[in-house]
Amino acid sequence: MGIGSDMYRQQIMDHYKNPRNHGRLESPTFTHTGENPSCGDTITMDVQLADDGETIERVAFSGDGCAISQASASMLTQRLPGTTLSELEAMDTDDITEMLGVDISPMRIKCAVLARQVAQDGAKIHDGEIEIEQTKTEDGDD
Amino acid sequence: MRVQESYPVDVDAIRADFPILQRKVGGDISTPGEHDDDDTPLVYLDNAATSHTPEQVVDAIVDYYHGYNSNVHRGIHHLSQEASVAYENAHDRVAEFIGASGGREEVVFTKNTTESMNLVAYAWGLNELGPGDSVVMTEMEHHASLVTWQQIAKKTGAEVRYIRVNDDGRLDMEHAKELIDDSTKMVSVVHVSNTLGTVNPVAELADMAHEVGAYAFVDGAQSVPTRPVDVEAIDADFFAFSGHKMCGPTGIGALYGKRDILEEMQPYLYGGEMIRSVTYEDSTWEDLPWKFEAGTPPIAQGVGFAAAVDYLDDIGMENVQAHEELLAAYAYDRLTEFDDIEIYGPPGDDRGGLVAFNLDSVHAHDLSSILNEQGVAIRAGDHCTQPLHDKLGAAASTRASFYIYNTREEVDALIDAIDTARELFA
Repeated sequence: MGIGSDMYRQQIMDHYKNPRNHGRLESPTFTHTGENPSCGDTITMDVQLADDGETIERVAFSGDGCAISQASASMLTQRLPGTTLSELEAMDTDDITEMLGVDISPMRIKCAVLARQVAQDGAKIHDGEIEIEQTKTEDGDD
Repeated sequence: MRVQESYPVDVDAIRADFPILQRKVGGDISTPGEHDDDDTPLVYLDNAATSHTPEQVVDAIVDYYHGYNSNVHRGIHHLSQEASVAYENAHDRVAEFIGASGGREEVVFTKNTTESMNLVAYAWGLNELGPGDSVVMTEMEHHASLVTWQQIAKKTGAEVRYIRVNDDGRLDMEHAKELIDDSTKMVSVVHVSNTLGTVNPVAELADMAHEVGAYAFVDGAQSVPTRPVDVEAIDADFFAFSGHKMCGPTGIGALYGKRDILEEMQPYLYGGEMIRSVTYEDSTWEDLPWKFEAGTPPIAQGVGFAAAVDYLDDIGMENVQAHEELLAAYAYDRLTEFDDIEIYGPPGDDRGGLVAFNLDSVHAHDLSSILNEQGVAIRAGDHCTQPLHDKLGAAASTRASFYIYNTREEVDALIDAIDTARELFA
């Protein structure tokens, strides 16, 4: 049996095994944590903004969980610098699957989008739009 | 060439009754059913979640819809009478299957095990429990009972207590003796754990409950499908199980209750079908079990449930149990070949037909996705036992669960697929 995989292609496995920007930023503008309660995936995103208060300068993540959630967070830390908070808030699920470059099965989508959701909620809290302690994706596990 | 090894049941003949086992998977899932892009043979090892349905049961449901579909207990007309007799007899058939000598009066058809649990929790618990009372469960309860009694306890001021699970996956019976005391009104325990595979000493626990004047409720969702069960030998006051885990259709389960207890209990759902007479001011209730079956019941499902029981009885529940134990022991042995696999629960020769485990380097959801790509259907997650998983120190686990149509070769396919995941994540 070969070890080819539809979902776990080289890029995903590379980011999972060698996560980029993994750790904490020294002085993030905002930081936020979220989890998938049913999977046990947890992710903390630290975001540092440029002086304009709108452009994302640096992003780091920490946490643990499945390969899809962690690889997605790793890729997002590379994708976000240079974009603005409003561009971040406009990102949808399609943007994430496009970034990952593989078809994510419906049952695993919430793993894939956790990091994006955490970053978006962190930005909204920073902007004073919402008040939550932690992001929790809906629990679909019966 | 492998020598064809024998099984306690005729696996080839059984597999022929389940057309779904022949299908391939792996293609687009947006339209159900097998399509050209499905190219991987199915290895179905998720039977503790739901079993498949043999032709005989599907035929019984088709016969109902083709031949005598009608509402029950209403019409004087011919079809309604045929449907009523079949639906009522289905209760007797299911009662006989679990050793309930009271027949239909002791078996209420519900939606599933969870609804059976809620029926007792609402109809009995809400009225009878109060501050100073306790409900004793185990740390390995399924959410079906754990969440139900936890929430009823919150409403009534009663206390919930959990019998400790030892490191070997078995109940700490000394702890049970400490917990079950004069305050205890209900001991609600799972018969076979859906996560650990532990077979609990439910008759002993029922005795302990009765000594303090409490009721014993056994969650038989994983036991009735997989072994001979005699509710009177256990001396359970209540016993719950689901049709869909034992070759029956979804949407139907059963609550067994001792007749005198059910007679004392008030209904849980009100409406049509469950009443004897109604005025604008008041109503009186139908006899057992109908007073607990408000509204049009799951008639086709009831007929299918009885057909499922017939199917299993033809195989023989002793043989079903022997086949389950054979595959569980084989899977346990094969999984213990690997140092990087942690198995939860008792040893392979002392468990129900399921094995939950984790592979060191791979998250349960990644593992199940990779197994799925190999056609191997297993369950990943907390299996509705979140507090138990917290205790085990695992957010999730991977569970393979077996039934009458599974083979050693399918266990081997699981092991091979795990190897693929191991290589991918190495």
